[in-house]
Amino acid sequence: MWAFIHKLGSPKWFYGISAKLQPWFWAAAALLLLVGSLWGLVFAPADYQQGNSFRIIYVHVPAAFLAQSIFISMAVSGLVFMVWKIKVADMAAAVMAPLGAAMTIVALFSGAVWGVPTWGTWWMWDARLTSMLILLFLYLGVIALRGAFSSRDSASRAASVLAMVGVINIPIIKYSVDWWYTLHQPASFTLTSRPTMPTEMWLPLVIMVLGFYSFFIALTLMRTRSEILRREASKRWVQDLVNGQTVHVQAEETR
Amino acid sequence: MAFTSFTEFLAMGGHAPYVWSAWGVTALLLVATVWHARVEQRQLLNGIKRRARRANSLRGNAQ
Repeated sequence: MWAFIHKLGSPKWFYGISAKLQPWFWAAAALLLLVGSLWGLVFAPADYQQGNSFRIIYVHVPAAFLAQSIFISMAVSGLVFMVWKIKVADMAAAVMAPLGAAMTIVALFSGAVWGVPTWGTWWMWDARLTSMLILLFLYLGVIALRGAFSSRDSASRAASVLAMVGVINIPIIKYSVDWWYTLHQPASFTLTSRPTMPTEMWLPLVIMVLGFYSFFIALTLMRTRSEILRREASKRWVQDLVNGQTVHVQAEETR
Repeated sequence: MAFTSFTEFLAMGGHAPYVWSAWGVTALLLVATVWHARVEQRQLLNGIKRRARRANSLRGNAQ
């Protein structure tokens, strides 16, 4: 276990292994998102109450899941970085934040647009909506904090602390629909209980959720590799890798 | 299939503005993230190569 953590913490080892894993996650993401989109948009039946506006669920729910999962991943990476000083964990946390913010924006926007035909309003200071807005500000705060220090180590530590403190918002988002039930409906999709939706509506949603997660993993692997290049540009192994094997690098770029 | 024609599919039963703007923003942000990640990777690799070339030519001149 310890040997594994140490290996995982080595940027050089991570750079190599992530190159091998990355294509699989990109392929899975592309396939799942394509199948899920076609199924959700074209083949799933319209909802008997909401009509076709319910098809927004196939982007809204996966984005909202991912927005929260990315924040948890960022907090865990921050903890790993703070406790074991593993730099790759901090690099991963740094590259996750913009995607997390983007997914929060997608969840808020698709929710607002969905609210117009369904609730008759695009916004209300409902607990779920408000806690998601706070999540967006937390993401923006983490991103801004990283840019606010001239020392990389101070920036990493500050961002880790904010992520670990801010993660308290995640259970608030999750239970907000049960604690203060005002506008947003409770979870229609959970991993632990049987779906309340008919299978032909529910399956494409599962596929979309898996597609979004694959996309997150693939993008994080790719961008963590870039972050390694950025931070270790002067290291010998990076120079050897990039310059010594130019053919290999070009082949990778054109893929 | 939930629709009988392509026009009907685009109309989304009158909910076209809502469905297509939500899906459009999602697709746009996903594509933009991938595009950004590719540009970032290419720039970093090119930067490292350029620096190595410059270092090599400096070394060549000195000898």
